[in-house]
Formats: sequence, C-alpha cells, structure tokens
Amino acid sequence: MDHNVDNAGSVRSGFDEEHVIHELKHYLPAQAPLKDFIHHNTLHAFQQEKFTDALHRASRLFGYKTTLTVHEYRKLHIEGRIRSEVLQRVVRDRKGDAEASEWLGRMLGKKYDSSIDARIGRLRGHWKRDRRIDMDAVVHTTLFRVLNSYLDQGISIWNFPVWNKGFLSSIRELQRHSWTGFIKGPRAVDLLMNEQTSIQQLLGILVGDEALYEQYLFDQQFAHQGWSGLVAVIESDPGSLLDKRAISLRELIIFELLLEVDALDREFPKGWRPLAEGMRHRPTPLFAPLPFNEVDEVRSLWQEAFEWTYYDEVLAGILQNDRERAAEGVVSVQGLFCIDDRECSFRRHLERAHPGFRTYGTPGHFGVEFYYRPENGRFNTKVCPAPITPSYLVKEVDKRSRVKKDAHFGKHSHGLVGGWIVSQTLGFWSALKLFINIFRPTAIPGTSDAFQHMDHLASLTVENVDADHREDGLQVGFTATEMASRVEAVLKGIGLVSNFEPLVYVVGHGASSVNNPHYAAYDCGACSGRPGSVNARVFSTMANHKDVRAILREKGVDIPTGTRFVAALHDTTRDEIVFYDEALLTDEQRVFHVRHVEVFRTALKANAHERARRFDTVAMQDAEEDIHAQVRRRSVSLFEPRPELNHATNALCVVGRRELTRGLFLDRRSFLNSYDSTVDPTGKFLTGILGAAAPVCGGINLEYFFSRMDNHKLGAGTKLPHNVMGLIGVANGIEGDLRPGLPIQMIEVHDPVRLLMIVEQEPDVVLSVIQSVKATYEWFIHEWVHLIVVHPIDRSMYRFREGRFEHYLPHHGQVERARDLFAVLRGSVDNMPVTILENA
Amino acid sequence: MEYLLPLFILLPLIGFLISLLIPRRHELALSRTAYLTAGVQFFLILAFTIWWSFKGWPSLNVKEMVVYRSTGYEFFVDLYYDRVSAVYLLVGALLTFMITIYSRYYLHREAGFKRFFNTVLFFFTGFAITILAGNFETLFIGWEVLGVSSFLLIAFYRERYLPVKNAVKVFSIYRIGDVGLILAMWASHHLWHENITFHKLHNYELVHHQLAGHSAIGIFVSLCILLAAMAKSAQLPFSSWLPRAMEGPTPSSAIFYGSLSVHIGVFLLLRTFPFWEHQTSVRVIIGAVGLLTSLLASPTARVQSSVKAQIAYSSIAQIGLIFIEVALGLELLALIHFAGNAFLRTYQLLVSPSVVTYLIREQFYNFKPRAHTFEDSLPKRLEYTMYVLSLKEWNLDTFMYRWWWNPLKKLGRRMDVFNINRSIAVLFPFFVAGVFLVFNKHYLSPALLHALPAVAAGISLLLVLRAFTERRHVRRALAMVVMAHFWVALAISFNEHFDQSHNLIYLSGVVLSGVVAVFAINRLRRTERNVDMGRFHGHVFEHPRIALMFLLAALGLAGFPITPTFLGEDLIYSHIHPDQLLLAFMVAMSFVLNGLALIRIYARVFLGPHVKTYHEVAYRSS
Repeated sequence: MDHNVDNAGSVRSGFDEEHVIHELKHYLPAQAPLKDFIHHNTLHAFQQEKFTDALHRASRLFGYKTTLTVHEYRKLHIEGRIRSEVLQRVVRDRKGDAEASEWLGRMLGKKYDSSIDARIGRLRGHWKRDRRIDMDAVVHTTLFRVLNSYLDQGISIWNFPVWNKGFLSSIRELQRHSWTGFIKGPRAVDLLMNEQTSIQQLLGILVGDEALYEQYLFDQQFAHQGWSGLVAVIESDPGSLLDKRAISLRELIIFELLLEVDALDREFPKGWRPLAEGMRHRPTPLFAPLPFNEVDEVRSLWQEAFEWTYYDEVLAGILQNDRERAAEGVVSVQGLFCIDDRECSFRRHLERAHPGFRTYGTPGHFGVEFYYRPENGRFNTKVCPAPITPSYLVKEVDKRSRVKKDAHFGKHSHGLVGGWIVSQTLGFWSALKLFINIFRPTAIPGTSDAFQHMDHLASLTVENVDADHREDGLQVGFTATEMASRVEAVLKGIGLVSNFEPLVYVVGHGASSVNNPHYAAYDCGACSGRPGSVNARVFSTMANHKDVRAILREKGVDIPTGTRFVAALHDTTRDEIVFYDEALLTDEQRVFHVRHVEVFRTALKANAHERARRFDTVAMQDAEEDIHAQVRRRSVSLFEPRPELNHATNALCVVGRRELTRGLFLDRRSFLNSYDSTVDPTGKFLTGILGAAAPVCGGINLEYFFSRMDNHKLGAGTKLPHNVMGLIGVANGIEGDLRPGLPIQMIEVHDPVRLLMIVEQEPDVVLSVIQSVKATYEWFIHEWVHLIVVHPIDRSMYRFREGRFEHYLPHHGQVERARDLFAVLRGSVDNMPVTILENA
Repeated sequence: MEYLLPLFILLPLIGFLISLLIPRRHELALSRTAYLTAGVQFFLILAFTIWWSFKGWPSLNVKEMVVYRSTGYEFFVDLYYDRVSAVYLLVGALLTFMITIYSRYYLHREAGFKRFFNTVLFFFTGFAITILAGNFETLFIGWEVLGVSSFLLIAFYRERYLPVKNAVKVFSIYRIGDVGLILAMWASHHLWHENITFHKLHNYELVHHQLAGHSAIGIFVSLCILLAAMAKSAQLPFSSWLPRAMEGPTPSSAIFYGSLSVHIGVFLLLRTFPFWEHQTSVRVIIGAVGLLTSLLASPTARVQSSVKAQIAYSSIAQIGLIFIEVALGLELLALIHFAGNAFLRTYQLLVSPSVVTYLIREQFYNFKPRAHTFEDSLPKRLEYTMYVLSLKEWNLDTFMYRWWWNPLKKLGRRMDVFNINRSIAVLFPFFVAGVFLVFNKHYLSPALLHALPAVAAGISLLLVLRAFTERRHVRRALAMVVMAHFWVALAISFNEHFDQSHNLIYLSGVVLSGVVAVFAINRLRRTERNVDMGRFHGHVFEHPRIALMFLLAALGLAGFPITPTFLGEDLIYSHIHPDQLLLAFMVAMSFVLNGLALIRIYARVFLGPHVKTYHEVAYRSS
C-alpha cells in the first residue's frame, strides 16, 4: 500500500492532491443512491489484506467495531453457540498444541479492555481542544444542506437555481448574483471566486504544515463519510442519478475548506494562526504501523470458532444427507431459481409439495444482461449484476396498467394557498386513510410493488429484428446467436442439458414493501436491485425460440419441441407468484401447468409459514392460510419496519448439484448455485460461477456482517427516525450525515459469520479456477470468504487454507433429523439447527 | 355534566402510571395500555361531546380542587370545556389512539419500547391537562408536562449526539415560552386580584371593566401570552426548532411535532381570545406574526430537500395562517384548519419514507429536466438571494444562537472567576446577613429595603447563569442552582412581609430535590471517574437508574409539578408587586434558566454518545 508513510512510520512531506483524493475515495463508503442499493463489502478498501488484519486496521484507523466483544463471544460460548470442541480445535490449529491451553485460558477468563481508540479525527480535533471552536457544528449544517439541495432528485419544489455548471461553479454563480451567500467573509468569498484556488492553498491557510495535509483531509471527510462517500460514487458514476449533477470530491473538499476558513474568520475577527502552529502534541500519523494486540488475537480466535461451529454442523449435514433418497423420484417438472438465500426454502417447499420437482439455482438475471425500459419510461434501467455494462435494450410495449397518483406526496400541500386548501379538505381524508391503513392495511401509491416492474400483459422486445435497430446507443433485442450463447451458458452452468420436461419454470424474484427507503435492497441483487421478472421472461422467450433451439442442438443441448420455458416472478415478501405468457401454452402443457400452479401455491403457503417463525408478531399457532395472510399484510403495512428479513442470517453458498442439499434444512441461510462437475469437468463454467458468486454473495454477506458488528458506524442505525434526503439517502433527523449501510431492522437476527462457499468439484480443478482470476482469488486467499470443496464422487471435503486444500473431516456428530419441518418449527428469531428432513 | 371533566385527565394519568409499572419485556401489555388509554379517552370524549352538543354546547367550568389557600391567595385546579377544548381533545385523542396502535408494531423490538410508550402517555396526560385547564395555573401544569415530555421524545435516541443536542435546543426555546406564561400569570394575578378562570374571561363586562383602567397591563399580559404561543407554535423567530425536533421515531415526530405539540400555541391564543379580543393592537401584532411567518416559512418549505424538514416548514406556514385566522376572530375556521393541518401533516410524516418509491417512479415516468417554478420569473438577484436565505432558514437558527444562547454563555463565562468556592465563601455571609435583616427590617432604610429585592434576585440570576455555563463540576453547578432558589426566597422576603410558610413550601422541594440530585451524582462518581460537563458522557448506558433518579431530582429543582416548589413559585410571584417589572422579570429568568441549566447537566452527564467505546458508539454527525 502506498501511503505517505515510510517504513519508520514518519510522514514524508509533500502533498499530492490527486493521490490523497484517490486514497480518500478508496476508503470512503461506496454506497450508491437509494434507487440502486447494491450490497457490497463495507470494508472493500481493506480487501487486499488478510481479513483479520483488515478488521484490526479498520478498527484502529476509523473506530469501527469490527468484531464482537470478548464478552459477547464468551456469552455465545456459554449458550452453546460456540462449541468447546471447535474452540479447542481452532486454537490448537492456530497456536499449536504447546500454547493452546494458555490461549484458551486467556480467551475464557482474562479481562480485556475492549475500548476502541480511533486515530481518525484526532488532528482536526485540535480546533476544539486548542482553539475552542467546534468546527463540525459550524460547518456541517450548511455543507449538508447545500450538498443535499444541489443533488436533490425531486423532494424540493424550488430547486437549486444553478445546476448545470458543476458544483463549485454553481455556488460561485449563486454567490455572484445574490445579496448574500453561503460564504460571508471577504477573504473566503475572494478565495471562492478565484477559480485557481487549490486545496493545497486552502490547507496552507488552515493547517500550515504540509506533512499534516493528508491526515487533515481524512479527518475532515470522515467526519461525514456518508455525504463524502456519496459524492465520490456520483462522481465516478453520474448515471446513478436520473437527474444528473456534476460534482466531484475535490469540489466538496474545496467548498468545505472555504466554509472552515470563513468560520474561523468570523470567530476570530482579529486573525488566527493555522492549526499546526502552537500544537503541542502531534497526533500519530493515520497510516503509521499498528501493533496487533493480544486482545485482537483473542477476538479473531473466537470469531473463527464461532464460524466453524456453524460450518462444521453444515458440513456434517451434507455428509450425512442421504444421497440416494435425495436423488430418487421421477422428475416431472423443472424450475430455475435465483441463487438467493430466500429461494432456498421456497425450493425445498416445492420439492416437498411435489417430489418430482427438480430445482436449479443460477443468478437471477438468468445470464442475460441488458437495459430495460418500461413503456413511457424516460430512462433505461440496468437489470444485470452491477459490474456489467450491457449493450442491449429490452423495451416493454403495450402496457395496460397506469401509475397511480397520491396527493399526499404532491407539491400542492406545501404551498401557502395550496396548503390552506389541502389541509382543510384532504387533511380530513388523511385521517380516514390513516385509520383504514392501521386497521386494514392495503397498498397505497407509495408502495413498492414487485409486480409493477413490468406489466403482466405487456410484451417485450426480446428479439432483434434489424441490426440497425438501436436506441440510446444500445441494440434493441438480441439476435438468435446472441440468445443461444446466453441460454447455453446458463443451462450448461447449472448442468441442465438433457431430460427436459414439458415445463421448465424460470422464476425471478422481487419484493414488495411500503415506507421502506431501502426497497431496492430487497429486490434481486443480480438484477441491480430490481425484480427479476423481465429477465426471467427474456430468458424464457430466448429458450423457447425456434432458431435458438436449433443452434443449441448443435452445441449438444437438445431441448425437445414439447418443452416450454415459463417465466414467473416470486414476490419474496408476500409469497405470491405471477406467471407470464401463459396464453402461449399448448393445451397439453396447460394441463400440466394448472397442476403445477397448485404445487406452487402449496409451497408458497408453506414458505410463508416457515418465514413467519422469525416474525415475533405473527401467531404461529394460526392456520397456514391465516399466517400467509398476515405475512402478506406486512408488505403493505405502513407501520411494519420488517416486511421481510431479506438476506439476514445468510452464511453459506453451495455450488453443486441439488443432491448435496436436497432435504437438508439450512434455515434459509444458503445461496444455492446449481453446478454439475460432470458437465463441466475442466471448470470452464465454474470460473464464471465463482467470478459472480464470490463478489455477489460475499458482498451481501459482508455488508450484513459489518452492519451487524457496528450498526452505528457501519450500518444505518435504527430506521425508525430516518429522514429521506433528496431521494438519494437517509439521515437521522434533518441535520445528520447520510447513513449508508443497513438499518438495524435488517440485521438484528443476523449472526455475523463470513460466507462459507461449498463447491462440488475436484480440489485441483477448483484451485486452478480460483487462481485464474485475480479478483476472485483475493476473496479466498485473504479469507474474506471461506472455501470448502466437496469431492463429487465420495463427498470427501477439503478446506482451502493459505493457498492450498487440506482434507477436512467434520467433527459434529449426528445432525438433527425430523420427519417433517413443521413438526419441529417453532416461533423464534433464533437460528434452527441443520436438520435432515425425511419427507422432502 | 362538569363532574365528568376530571375523568379525561385521570384516565390518561392512570394509563401513564400503569405503563410505568409494566416490565419492559411485556411489549404487548405496554402498547395495549397505551392504545386502550387513548382509545377509551377518544370514545368517551366523543360520547361526552355528543351529549354536550345536545345540551346546546354550554361552556362548562368546574373548580376542581383547592391546593392551597391563604389570605388573598388561592391556588386551585380548575377545568373548563368549550368548543375549542372539544376539538383539541378529540383530535388529540384520535391521533394518539391511531399512533399508539401504529407504534405497537413500528417500535417492536426497539430498545426503549417501554420508554417510548411511557413518554407518549405522559405527553398525552399533559395535553389533556393543558386543553382542559380552566385557569393559567392548571394550564401551566400541563404546559410543563408537555415541555418535559417533548424533551424526552426528541432525545429518545439518547445515545446519539444530534437528538440530544436538538432536544436541549428545543427545550430552551420552550423555556422562552415559559417566561411569557409565568409573566402573564403574574400580571394577570395582579390585574384580577385572583387566579382568574378562563370562564370569567368570557364575561365581557368584567374584562372590559378591568382593562379600562389597566390597559398597559392588559397589553403586557397579551404580549406575554403571545410570546408563549409563538415559541410553542414555532412562529417567527422561533421557527427553526420544529424541523430539528424530528429526531425521534417517525410516529412520535408525526403526532407531536407534526400535529399536537405545535398547535398548542394556537390553542393558547384561542383560549385567551376573549381577553385580548378588544385590544386591537394585540390582534394586529398576532396577525402580523402569523403573516410574516407564513411568508417566510413558505419559501423555506419550498427549498427543503429533506422530506421531514419540508413537511415541518409547510406546517409552520399553515400555523402562521391559523394565527391570522385567530387574530381575525375566525375561531371556527381556525379550528377546522387546525384539525385538517394536524391530520394531514401526521399522515404525510408517517408515509414520508415512501416518498422515495413514489417520487423516483414519478421521476422515472414524468421526468422534465427542469420544472419551471414561479420564482424563476423573479429578477435573478432577488431569486438567488431569496433562495439562499430560504435554504439558510432565514438565519433563524443562527439568530437564536446569537441572541439567546451566546449572550447567556458569554455572560456566564464572564463570571468564570466567580468560582464556586469563592462564591460560597463570599455569598454565604451575605445570605446570613440577609436572613437576619429580613427578620429585623427596621435596621434598613426604606430606600435600601426597596433596592434589596432586586439585588438579591440579581444575585440569584447570576448564580444560575454561572451554573448554566459551568463546564466541569457537576455538584457545584447543582449547588449554585439551589443557592439561586434561596436568593429568590430572600429577595421576596425583603419585598413584602408575609408568612414564612410560603418560603418553606417553596424551599422544601428545592432542598429535597437538591439532596437527591447530589446523591445521584455521588453514586455515579463511585463507579465513574469521568463525570463532568465538558462534553456529553452518555452514562445512562450503564446507569439508567441513577439517570432516572437524577432526572426526577432535576425536575423537582426546576419547579416541575412534582414537589411543593411548583406551588411555591406561584406563591412567590404573588408577592411581587405589579410595579416591579424588573424584579418579576429577573425572577422569571432565574426560574427559566435554572430549568435550562439542570436539563443541560442531565444531558451532558447522562445522554449523548457514551464516553466508553467498548461497544458501538454513534458518530457525532448522527
């Protein structure tokens, strides 16, 4: 890492603006505006380091709490959630037999001070200590307001008057043509108006010692990392705002430095000296080396023991899962689902309701990448994993439904005269509406409804009819060859290349909620936080296409003419499903379909029932029908901060055949990606699968992990007081910084364990696959994700460690067994043990 | 039917007391207590109001309870019911009913679930007392309850910096309103020679007759009432507190700052309308305040880019209009407007998180690069200036700092030399001498006797100022607050010859609360080394019981109606003569500032981000 620190830990002088801004962007939170909420590793900046070192460093630098406290781990141990055998094994493994007992003694009994003394903020804190001026108090309010108003996407009625010139130019323009301004003092105004004013120059005035500039900027920007992070994201991806705004982190820094100069000029009219002058104790340089303490080691041992207690049980479960039973039964229908952990239980219930149902998992964009434009939409929406930039466009045509309006969100109620009329008319209607919504919650126009993403009856321009048909620089639709290659990749990747049944369901997923600014986080991550309906439909259309099938046949995938792919959307909040293009089914297929719809319905009900166990407020003893109704009601209740629990508790990602996990109750904690090593002996498709699964599932897992560890600093805190800022973020109250990360309601039931990736393939193949892509390899070698390989033939297990695979034998005894899930299901927010279910 | 009125105060009070007794893990019982209280209250009031309207809407007045009586003075609780009370009670109970049901799910599993429902019921009780009050004294009890429960609701997330800071800020503005009410009570006491009931104010003959001879006092009382109403209803120049109060869970912001709390100022004006009805100048001023507020709050609302601030300023602008309606004497319109505005803003705040889904969809389908607003047709310089000023909330927040906080702080700091030991050493002999002189007034010349009350009150004021700005020593600050009360007692003792039992009533609560407060701090210091006021400490995280004990003691010390001091403060005022405006003002300031100083101590020692960092601690910017 190239910080301005040499080996001795002293700071080199010389300030390189570009370098420092680059570093800042690297460390700032990288969360996009709300509409594109995409899960990612919160500590992405530290990903080039070993997980344990990264946690330690992040904690000391920025004050994040990155582990549980020793006390919390001990409590887990007492509760039996960290098992003593695993604990001993972990300590022996890492510390050797000789030192093991000493370390165990420390872990169990020694008293530690867990206080976090962060380095960030110490330098800039000298304003308050030495000069008695509370810089944050004087600067933040104005800064946040101006930023929010400039970037606002539609809350304010009277918008920032100058908007199309870039941030600083707009401020200059506003200052020039007004009798007042955001900056008052003559010196600061001159500096603002001079376009040559540089960061270096301003820091010269404020700090006065070049050696401290970098640290000062870190202190300053990390005092409001929410806003700074958002500005950095918008700068690098202006498309993340529909109503575009030009802004850069550099401009933000200059503006903030100007506000600081201005504040000091006003506070000390007789003049003031730069911060560095007269500062008695210089704070430790931010990036100076950090010692690793005993307590850090103890916590990392505990964390590992916590994780392996769970992993070991899961691996034992996989080993004990009866493979004959799991494979038996005549297959009569197939379905493709997203790898999402929320589909884990849904698939299990489908198989339970209909043993002939064969389910597969693949990322929910179903291998097709494109922009989607609904009819009358003014913009194109990306519906594929965030890192991909598609060059195709799919349009919705012949839409039947209309978008509903609601005057409560309208602008009239905020005007003087409008408000006078509205409050005396609509006001009384509001009371009635509120009353109804409290006692009989129903959808309002502000509800985010998964099924609205695409009109059920509209059609899509999937096929490219003319190579010149392009809009916004994108090709409209795909050619047959383009379609075929995508369908082939998906089918071969999941190992579905023969024995197609008459109906193959392609089920995307989305979520519905109301009063939920984080709604995008609830939809399909592989579709960039949108419901997967369009993708499912596009994929099905492709796979049903005559020419595509001809090409596929040449490539060894023979789909019989009697087979039809049927697209569907599963609403994970409401546990409802909608099928698309049912009209195109033949009579014979329709007979099957009607039967399957019944299976889906049974499974949805059971799924809702299973999910309800973690919702305290649903009565588990009610009939399944009623439980489902209560679950559905949550999605439209204004007062329900947990419409669903999203990815909470996720901890596993299984890449392999369904036989590994079929009938194994994993409590919705697992991503499931189908993969058949016999179809892919060389690991060609595995490269793509792991290349997507590691960052996507790992990113989701780590965002939950860190939001859970420190919900104040790395999460968004409780969502109950959240205030929506400019439609781009949430803050507490009206003066707070933006709060990236996940609110407590999303993570409170989450156990902070890293993702365990379980791949069914030969270890040598996996090793060469993960080593072939550096970005993928980083996740494993630095231990941000654990990796276990299960041999496809004998299920022997290998743990990836320090760059190689070691044989691993689960120590856990018999895992739980039950005849039926609902015989053992109890209402509780806690995780249930891994259980082998005999009837599924 | 008057005899039913106390029921509407007792019911919330009982609900509140029950909710205190329920253990915190019993979420269901807590929320049920809350919504049943509000629900039963609503339906009872509804039934009562229907019955009452069949009787032809008579104004009801009942003298409930005489708390204290001596010659020429009577402190009694009086209840009153008319059209204004009916509307406010119905709207209040209905909204509280809906919000408590709402919060039952919304706050599920939230840390502080119990505290939330306790505070809401406490607020609800205060609201009922205020609305049903038949005289200023009773109203003031409710008023104080509203102030404290508002503080607790805003600082609900007490482990973070901004909620606590803003709660103190809002409380300080409420205290300005309290000055108005205290002085209004004092002046009206002298005007009527009794604790006048609102019922009597409706007697035109009586009011007209009294005011004819004392028009100056009349105007003074009206303006004091207006001050209180302006502060509570976020009118200019106090407006900036309202958006900053939106720190608690959304439903509490929705009913309290969206609807009930913020309309209490309007209520006060409606309630006292017959008193100032014939003072044209006062009506003009009220209308002007409303108009000015509307005109400035409206553009401020238009530029807000955060949804809650936008709703807050829209609401303020409407309340400005309601002030105008009240000034014009359009009571019915004002009541309809109040109810509509309260419902609308409550609902808008409740659905405010949905604004993202709704408006992004709106933008997606109907995007226009730049919507033309009428401001675009203004001359550029005017437009930009208006925009910048609106965005900065017309510098109102800075204004409050410059003209309220900073002068107080500066004044207090100037007395840094005046440290506690020195001040005790210097002031104690003087105090003893003062007490001696009180009983031996014949040693004093009349001129001296005339000056001494003001001097003593001045010393009291300086003491609270010093306590208010103390940065280190908690117990010393407490001692100064206690001493300030004693100096007030001394000042009044010089002022008039009266039964020392009044002072006994006044000081008994002070001494008791002071002892408890110091005891709480001592307990805290036994385990914590870090107890001062240089920053927020958040000790409530580890010591919630001590924090509660201290809070109660602080409230007692501040004259909150839980100790006899509350009555004592009113008694004290009855001994300040109508021509002693300065003395009355100094004593009022002393009361108000000691409340502020105490809340500040509480906030700094017990609230805010915890000093210990072994667990998750919030950023300062949150």
